[in-house]
Amino acid sequence: MENIVIFGAYSAIAEATARHLAPSGGRFFLVGRDSAKLDQVAADLKVRGAQEVHIFASDLAVPSEMLASVEALYGAFDKVDVALLAHGTLPDQQACQGDAAQTLAALEVNGLSHIGLLTLLAERLEQQGSGTIAVITSVAGDRGRKSNYVYGTAKRAVSTFLDGLRHRLAATDVKVIDIRPGFVDTPMTADFDKGALWASPDKVGGDIARAIEKGRPVVYSPWFWRYIMVIIRNVPAFVFHKTNL
Amino acid sequence: MSGGPYQSWGRIDFGPQSGVRFDDRTSALPQIEAGQTMLPYGNGRSYGDSCLNTGGVLIDCRHLDRFIAFDADSGVLRCEAGVLLADILDVVVPRGWFLPVSPGTRLVTVGGAIANDIHGKNHHRAGTFGSHLRSFELLRSDGARLFCAPQENRDYFHATIGGLGLTGMVTWAELQLKPIANAYIDQEIIRFHNLTEFFRLSEASDDGFEYTVAWIDCLAKDVSLGRGLFMRGNHATEIARGEPKTPRDGLSVPFAPPLSLINQVSLRAFNALYFRKQREDEAAAQVHYRPFFYPLDAIGDWNRMYGPKGFFQYQCVLPLAEGDAGMTEILRKIAAAGMGSFLAVLKIFGDRPSPGLMSFPRPGVTLALDFPNTGDKVRGLLDQLDAITGACGGAVYPAKDARMSPQMFRQAFPRLEEFAKWTDPAFSSSFWRRVNGANSQDNS
Ligand SMILES: Cc1cc2nc3c(=O)[nH]c(=O)nc-3n(C[C@H](O)[C@H](O)[C@H](O)COP(=O)(O)OP(=O)(O)OC[C@H]3O[C@@H](n4cnc5c(N)ncnc54)[C@H](O)[C@@H]3O)c2cc1C
Ligand SMILES: NC(=O)c1ccc[n+]([C@@H]2O[C@H](COP(=O)([O-])OP(=O)(O)OC[C@H]3O[C@@H](n4cnc5c(N)ncnc54)[C@H](OP(=O)(O)O)[C@@H]3O)[C@@H](O)[C@H]2O)c1
Repeated sequence: MENIVIFGAYSAIAEATARHLAPSGGRFFLVGRDSAKLDQVAADLKVRGAQEVHIFASDLAVPSEMLASVEALYGAFDKVDVALLAHGTLPDQQACQGDAAQTLAALEVNGLSHIGLLTLLAERLEQQGSGTIAVITSVAGDRGRKSNYVYGTAKRAVSTFLDGLRHRLAATDVKVIDIRPGFVDTPMTADFDKGALWASPDKVGGDIARAIEKGRPVVYSPWFWRYIMVIIRNVPAFVFHKTNL
Repeated sequence: MSGGPYQSWGRIDFGPQSGVRFDDRTSALPQIEAGQTMLPYGNGRSYGDSCLNTGGVLIDCRHLDRFIAFDADSGVLRCEAGVLLADILDVVVPRGWFLPVSPGTRLVTVGGAIANDIHGKNHHRAGTFGSHLRSFELLRSDGARLFCAPQENRDYFHATIGGLGLTGMVTWAELQLKPIANAYIDQEIIRFHNLTEFFRLSEASDDGFEYTVAWIDCLAKDVSLGRGLFMRGNHATEIARGEPKTPRDGLSVPFAPPLSLINQVSLRAFNALYFRKQREDEAAAQVHYRPFFYPLDAIGDWNRMYGPKGFFQYQCVLPLAEGDAGMTEILRKIAAAGMGSFLAVLKIFGDRPSPGLMSFPRPGVTLALDFPNTGDKVRGLLDQLDAITGACGGAVYPAKDARMSPQMFRQAFPRLEEFAKWTDPAFSSSFWRRVNGANSQDNS
């Protein structure tokens, strides 16, 4: 039976992923800000097959709380088989542009908190010699764009950190997975108009569960984003700068 | 606003809809402007306008989809109102439980199943969905959360079952499942050549079979009028052959073709072939529950086949005493008009009382079939069918309806006035305004 920890456990994508994992009967440790919501997810996962579900309320943007969550995790489990990092916010790019404090706060919750968690988890999993670390980054990290480069910067930093971890842990059985979703219809994107490129959390959650099972290093979800991003990365600046992306 | 565009299953245009995501059962109902109304929206599997609220707000329940508790010993399940029956089946079937009542698609929500007090192929045994509800929570626009059960807040309990979403929002519900030995059904299909044979088969099958339903060829005339295939089945006690395999859903209709693919030619060919789909007059087989209960779910978005104008479904129930004569008249009208569609379904309802003040199922024989939206032509035919249904003392099913008159509605639902006392003042629907003769703000 697997021990699974999820940070940002009631994020729409994380919850959908957990629903794909629960029928195999794992033990879950759920971290998020609101314990009432964590309770709701915990009950749901139990009905869907989870053996055991622990919850821990923590504001991950506060470093001391972030550290406390990992301590609580290892109070409950002596070994972690799967760690999924899913928490995040979509910062207001316009507001960040005029306000360094907001920009730094956005980097804290979308980047630094992940890097902090990964630092602690990597040590543990390296000692253990096995396990899977999966992190939801974003296609937004693939190229800086004027509409959301603060968010993209945080995601890119995490992706680069994951590259390094993967290198470091290459000789072990620890898998490091970078999941880059495109547009997903979740509360985070509630205000956007949805079109054909949009995926459901269930679709992305299924992709993540499969990536965890197979141990793929970098996963775009849905798959076609890999090709869209190849194009976007390769559009020359003089063209790119004329777009409104 | 989120998740739109909102449509009902018939895809007829009732004007633009706007919705608000409701994904936390502890949160308050959305704020609406004075004079506006709201209506819960399940999974939009109702065919007409009963799940729509033109000019108002839809409370989108599709993400209100968490399980709360399941006792695998007693088969009692508590879940949020937006959980799909499909999700329940996925979780409970491997543990030896099944839905007490199941409609012809598993893609409906628990809230929708309650609000239309839905029925299935086992109505003659099990009654309606509401008969198996232990309790639910009703959230009213004044913020009250009412625990409703047969012994508590009884008025709201009976008004909300079959209450068309008008009494408030069901946040969660608890139901009693029924035990099964495996995921299979022992099924028999028997050809019948007219309505009299149908009634005879039905009567002969009610005692020995948990599930009964018939497909009829709505284009057949004269001596063949009312011919079809009678299906009956029971949950298998033992698996007949090998490892069970779960069927996969395959096809889907990716977009609506510019014209309806359902026309007289395709229909006649299909019906004639379907009637002869098995060589023998009787065939028995063991089948997985999915193709038995949900054959249409295997083709995603099949409602698009009817093209951009959409389609109507007509479902009525006639008291048994009038059943043979009334159905004969209805089928004659449909056959003469050459309208109607692939799947016309006939079933006898049993006499287990429905718990809802406004429940549609009542003892009698029920017919359900689709009609492409050909405008006035089909509306005229459906009005004639209403006249027959009305004259027989029957009723038309609101879950399928997009056009019945206020008179027809009032006649079919005699407890309407009693029901109206329990509706929520801030809740309304396009259907509700229409059948109350106040549809000026809805433009169809
Ligand atoms: C292929 C097919 C086969 C069908 N077969 C059958 C059948 O065999 N028997 C049968 O009875 N019906 C059948 N139906 C109809 C279907 O079961 C009903 O229309 C059902 O109510 C649809 O549920 P929904 O979740 O899609 O709800 P919607 O259609 O979105 O809404 C239905 C009603 O429920 C209300 N509602 C939804 N959620 C809530 C909530 N949380 N609280 C309060 N009210 C709520 C809405 O306001 C609306 O009045 C069939 C439909 C299809 C498409
Ligand atoms: N939706 C998309 O299009 C998309 C695309 C690419 C990548 N992603 C990424 O996917 C991940 C999941 O997002 P989602 O789309 O599922 O959106 P979501 O449902 O809004 O989930 C975001 C979650 O992060 C949590 N969170 C935010 N700040 C937190 C904090 N300080 N401490 C703890 N938890 C915090 C939120 O909890 P609260 O509700 O308590 O704030 C929320 O549960 C995110 O990393 C996001 O960047 C999303």
